[in-house]
Amino acid sequence: MKDKKIDFESLINEGLGSVGSIERRTFLKMGLAITGVFAGGKILSVVSSIDKASAQETIGDYPYNPHYSMVIRQSLCIDCERCVAACTETNHVDPSGYRTRVLEKISPRAIGQKREFIPVLCNHCNEPPCVRACPTQATYKDEKNGIVMMNSSKCIGCKTCMLACPYNARYLDPRSRTIDKCNFCVDTRLNKGEKLTACAAACPTGARTFGIISDPNDAVYKLVHQVEKAVWVLRPEAGAKPNVFYMKS
Amino acid sequence: MGNSKKPVRPRSLLAGMFKSFDSSVVKEGMGNVAQVLSGSRNYYALVILFWVAVYASSIVALDAIRIGYHEAYGVTREIPWGLMISSYIFFVVTSTGLCIVSAIGHVFGVKQFMPIAKRAVFISIVTICSGFVVILLEVENPFRMLLYNAISPNLTSNIWWMGTLYGVYLVFMVIEFGLLQFNLSKYAMAAGLVALISGIAAHSNLGAIFGMLHAREFWYGPYMPIYFIVSAMMSGCAAIILFTWAAYKINHKQMEDTMRGAISAVAKLSALLIAVIMFFTVWKVITGTVSPAKEEVISSFVNGKYAVNFWVFEVGLGMVIPFALLLISKWKNMTMMVVASAMMIVGIFVMRYDLVVFGQIVSVFYELGVNEYKDLLSYSPSFHEMGIVAGAIGLTVLTFLLGEKVFKGHESDIH
Repeated sequence: MKDKKIDFESLINEGLGSVGSIERRTFLKMGLAITGVFAGGKILSVVSSIDKASAQETIGDYPYNPHYSMVIRQSLCIDCERCVAACTETNHVDPSGYRTRVLEKISPRAIGQKREFIPVLCNHCNEPPCVRACPTQATYKDEKNGIVMMNSSKCIGCKTCMLACPYNARYLDPRSRTIDKCNFCVDTRLNKGEKLTACAAACPTGARTFGIISDPNDAVYKLVHQVEKAVWVLRPEAGAKPNVFYMKS
Repeated sequence: MGNSKKPVRPRSLLAGMFKSFDSSVVKEGMGNVAQVLSGSRNYYALVILFWVAVYASSIVALDAIRIGYHEAYGVTREIPWGLMISSYIFFVVTSTGLCIVSAIGHVFGVKQFMPIAKRAVFISIVTICSGFVVILLEVENPFRMLLYNAISPNLTSNIWWMGTLYGVYLVFMVIEFGLLQFNLSKYAMAAGLVALISGIAAHSNLGAIFGMLHAREFWYGPYMPIYFIVSAMMSGCAAIILFTWAAYKINHKQMEDTMRGAISAVAKLSALLIAVIMFFTVWKVITGTVSPAKEEVISSFVNGKYAVNFWVFEVGLGMVIPFALLLISKWKNMTMMVVASAMMIVGIFVMRYDLVVFGQIVSVFYELGVNEYKDLLSYSPSFHEMGIVAGAIGLTVLTFLLGEKVFKGHESDIH
């Protein structure tokens, strides 16, 4: 069973002279073929895994112009909550509620860093369950930019939208007795010429990238459309086609 | 063909109404109202008791309006629907059930069910109105609801359909009741049919509100609308038996044989419906055990925090004990049937509460595994919520008590 011991030191180099040019060519062809098969396989496997990624349903489907979106790079978030404070201040959010918050996840079996933070906000879904559920069209999708908006004067306060939302993004504002939610700062910043939402502008680490996903030159587009990075959405099974994407870094 | 007949119908309907609505009827009607004064001492004691309950509850409701529902009610961002919604469902479930069960007699012509019709229609109106009172005090801006339901409807919303169809339902139930008072049973039947159709459509939409919330796994699916209709009939049967028995007690009358026959027919139907609900419940639990998010909820009520709600109220009072009592009663022993009905009503009330609350105790972010939503959420009703619901129950009973006198025990000419 034991391998026969070969003393490599004592072997003499035969040199290339004994190998014919045809043999050499065949060998090179074989090598190229193997490399080709592996490279092709790698590309195919990457492409097919893009199809399986949970964000796939939403990526590439941008019916609005400008189609606003946010990419959250989870591992950049340090839970400083400046985003929450900026949002509250900019949008005069009632202290009893919030439009965005940062969730904390502990993975006890992880090696090294065990804690990560997951900022959450309204996902401005392409197929928002809250809009379908509202009896009076008080909540609606803006025809131009796709932002899920509230017309609080029509809100009867039945709270069905709060239950319909897969992201817990809605709350009752006790001052107006209507439901309130994130609107990507459209009234407080975007319409005033600002390019970023308050939360994205306040983030010191760049964990929140806000932009126009329908524009290939935009940072959001470039982040989401990467083959080598995993991009996902929260609760893809709810089928709401959200516009907030998540990745690690 | 239809055109030639059309002008005749309203004329004959009006003629019929006018015929019965002569001066003697007016006098009789006034006499009926005066009948309220004919009750016994115990009757007055009950009327005063429930009047005080309604009065006290009104004060609680006004206080809730004053301090704001956000402060007054125990509901939260994560559990926005609580006792108020479940009680609203309980009332409209009972109303729809009464409508369906009474329709077996006076719409579909099953003779045995006919004697219960008038009272069932009356209590059906009373319960839906009690339900509306609760929902008016639950929804933040109910008056906007009336306006924007009409001018800004969302036809994909189940809430819109439910609200609108229940509006239609109430109108036709009132018309039906009016026509039954004038003994225009043919027209009452037509109104009853419209009320039945709109009631079933409205109620299945109420089920669909839950069934179409695909962010909430515990509710999502076609199960809810079907379950709602079956459990409505179960509620309706229980309410008919209990209220009819109570009415005969109030009016100090012996139950006629036709009414006894009707009650035993309703009791048989009750037992059948309990069996169906048992079947539904068993499969709801078993199918839930294979889904991670549902399994957590299922174990919370099978052997966890909510076990008393489930085993004592839903299974015990709502299904097993009344089912056994009904079988033992052999559809004859009135006491057993009445006790069974009372238990069913209590059990169904808790069933509605559990249905609403259990669907929300698992956070939408549960499966994300974040610290904030690792555990099941909890809700407990506030004093204001309980006070208002108690008042709505009081309102139902009070109106029933007064109705028995004003409408002379809902005597029926239909035999």
